[in-house]
Amino acid sequence: MNNRHIYVLSAVLTLLGLGLFAYKVHVLGFPLRPQEQTQIWNIEAAVRFEPGPAAVKATLRVPSLTPGFALLDENFVSRGFGLATRNAPAGREAQWTLRQASGPQTLYYRALVYRDPTRIAEDTTPPFPAQPELDEPSRIAMEGLIAEVRRQSADVASFTTELLRHLNLAQNDPYVSVFLKRGSTVSDRAHLATVLLAGAQIPARIAHGIMLRSQPGPVEAEQLLEVHDGVQWLYFNPRTLEQGLPHDFFIWWRGDERIADVEGGSAPDVTLAVQQNLLDSMLVAERRAEKIGSHSMDFSLFSLPIATQAVYSVLLMIPIGALVILFLRNFVGVRTFGTFMPVLVALAFRETLLVWGIVLFVVIVSLGLTIRFYLEKLRLLLVPRLTVVLTIVVMLMAGISVLSHKLGIQPGLSIALFPMVIISMTIERMSIVWEERGASEAIQDGAGSLVVAAAAYVVMGIAAVAHLIFVFPELLLLVIAAALLAGRYTGYRLLELRRFKALRPSGNTPSGSTT
Amino acid sequence: MFGSYAALAREGVLGLNKRNGDYISRFNPRRLYPLVDDKLKTKRLALEAGIAVPQLYGVIETQHDIRTLPDIVRSHNEFALKPAHGSAGDGIVVIAGRSGNRYRTIGGDILDEDFLSHHLSNAINGQFSLGGVQDVVIVEYMVRFSQLFERISYQGVPDIRVIVFRGVPVMAMVRLPTRGSRGKANLHQGAVGAGVDIATGMTLDGVISTEVVTHHPDTTHAIAGLRVPDWDTILSIAARCYELTGLGYIGVDLALDRDLGPLVLEMNARPGLAIQIANRQGLLRRLKICEERADFGASAEQRIEFAKQEFRHPVGPVYMPAEVTTESG
Repeated sequence: MNNRHIYVLSAVLTLLGLGLFAYKVHVLGFPLRPQEQTQIWNIEAAVRFEPGPAAVKATLRVPSLTPGFALLDENFVSRGFGLATRNAPAGREAQWTLRQASGPQTLYYRALVYRDPTRIAEDTTPPFPAQPELDEPSRIAMEGLIAEVRRQSADVASFTTELLRHLNLAQNDPYVSVFLKRGSTVSDRAHLATVLLAGAQIPARIAHGIMLRSQPGPVEAEQLLEVHDGVQWLYFNPRTLEQGLPHDFFIWWRGDERIADVEGGSAPDVTLAVQQNLLDSMLVAERRAEKIGSHSMDFSLFSLPIATQAVYSVLLMIPIGALVILFLRNFVGVRTFGTFMPVLVALAFRETLLVWGIVLFVVIVSLGLTIRFYLEKLRLLLVPRLTVVLTIVVMLMAGISVLSHKLGIQPGLSIALFPMVIISMTIERMSIVWEERGASEAIQDGAGSLVVAAAAYVVMGIAAVAHLIFVFPELLLLVIAAALLAGRYTGYRLLELRRFKALRPSGNTPSGSTT
Repeated sequence: MFGSYAALAREGVLGLNKRNGDYISRFNPRRLYPLVDDKLKTKRLALEAGIAVPQLYGVIETQHDIRTLPDIVRSHNEFALKPAHGSAGDGIVVIAGRSGNRYRTIGGDILDEDFLSHHLSNAINGQFSLGGVQDVVIVEYMVRFSQLFERISYQGVPDIRVIVFRGVPVMAMVRLPTRGSRGKANLHQGAVGAGVDIATGMTLDGVISTEVVTHHPDTTHAIAGLRVPDWDTILSIAARCYELTGLGYIGVDLALDRDLGPLVLEMNARPGLAIQIANRQGLLRRLKICEERADFGASAEQRIEFAKQEFRHPVGPVYMPAEVTTESG
């Protein structure tokens, strides 16, 4: 009849739920599995120096544009120094200042870094560099070298590679020997490459960084040559000529300057260190969402106080339990006392665990029933009788707790979490069914409730499901969609196949147990 | 498993989901439920329409009213107490005799006044009503059932259930109390359900739970082959209950009184599916026949005529031309 309406509605809900889900997984990096951990690196720079007699100003270049990685957190540790960070042409700088310092000083910069493939070097295309100012012989050598390299190359990438190869030959190349003295370092050659590339009208700069590997002790900063081909930055290793940004390379600062300068003190001794760590993926995702300005985090359950989060981690599972009940009732045909009573019992099972939960439930309900049958003889009015049953259920629970504690059976204590009002109502309802329709029906319905509660408990206890629902509450839209579809299921229930077996053509003879 | 699913579907068996989703929700507007859920309203409605019901002796509405029970039943030795919102026969007590302040139930139990007032107060407080809401108790005439059924029922009052689909009586059965059902005409408790041929009013074999029985387990008389008296009147009353309530899918429960003929006991907007087992035939098949061929706007007589033609036992599959049903009627 209006089935199409329902199909459309559940399709919309499904798409909406899955869309939000996909966004959170792919863009925000929310973890799909519980306890999923993300690799992070603790990086540290320690700047040591001897202050002079006057005011001290120490500058440390700190990471800003870090393709492939993102900063999770950073802090600056110093004693008594004033601190300011600012954006400089070469990146970001931290500046510590102190009017008067005495004795050796150490300043620390620490940051947490995680891998973020979405980060690229997003700064704007640089202008063409100015011609370097060189003396006449150097200028001639440069032009000669550029002409030769240009002849052997096709584009910016091959030009750079060829240039670096020439530089690495150093003394053997007549042009290069003009610039490089014996014993030149990689960093000297990289610097020279930027100068020569400027001469060829190609923007280039040196990127200093570290390899993010877990290694004890200090690490050395390494250099890459960054060259802009008019579209994007290309990376070259000046020593090995390899092109491309190595997977583990974390760019710390750029330019010709050193990582730290100190005014009014001795030259700084800078130590860099890396330590690999694991951190809960959820924390990383949260920070990432914050960084990219997504509001999904502001309105998520993670913005709630921890205690409230704990409550919701349970409450959000109730629809899942309800879905299990829906399935068992409408598709299988199990009968229960009260529609959603089993969910509440299943919640109690979370504390008692399954076997003990069932034992305690059966004990409480059967003791309660016995007392209820006795009360029947007293002919009490309904509400007073319910009150008596409820009180007795509470007392039984307390008694069982005390007894099991004395006997050293710990699970008995958690019985306190049973939904006593619901259990009292169940006892009442069960005793009526018992009297009006007979014991077998009452026990059958009671057992049905217990089976459904156990099934709901098992499903609600799957850690992966609990995690998914809590991190992606939008998946509950799928629960609604499923319930909508189930709402139009008009086929037989599994148990009806047996109930109506007399109606099957060959059904008058009992046929084994298979249906 | 899928085989038996397909077999049931072929036989046109109506399942709970389909009953709820395709029939009750489509043809029974919720606002009309109170007409049948409240037996007092049903009774008044039936009286206005001139349909025979057991005579109302009185209504016990409050705790205080319980004391008036002896006054209400002063001139009646036999009476029935029914919670107005009771379902599936819950809470019904039938008193068949009295001496002083002791009452004898139709099942032979002796109850004192204390017990009875306790029962009444439970009922008023909603013990037997859906959702435990406050209720009232009806005190009414006890049906003295027809001689015919004495041979095939053990104590209690047998009753007749007719499923009426948009005014067409589609299926019927008699429910015969047994020792196992403690005198109650309730199939869940072990009463015998026996299908009734809509066309003739003849009983078919019975079932207890899902097992076929040919003889009543307590009286050992054959169940099949009895002609239900006043069958045409029963069909006519059942068919008119549609106009009475406006509900498109109902179960009408009647009892045959030896002196007064068929009396409407109650109606049910969610009639059970066990009637299919009693008739050993699917309801869906008959509902489909109605939906395909019946003229729902016709008069009650015409609808009954249609039912008698189409639903002569046994009813063939839907897609076959109904040859069986058209031979002499």
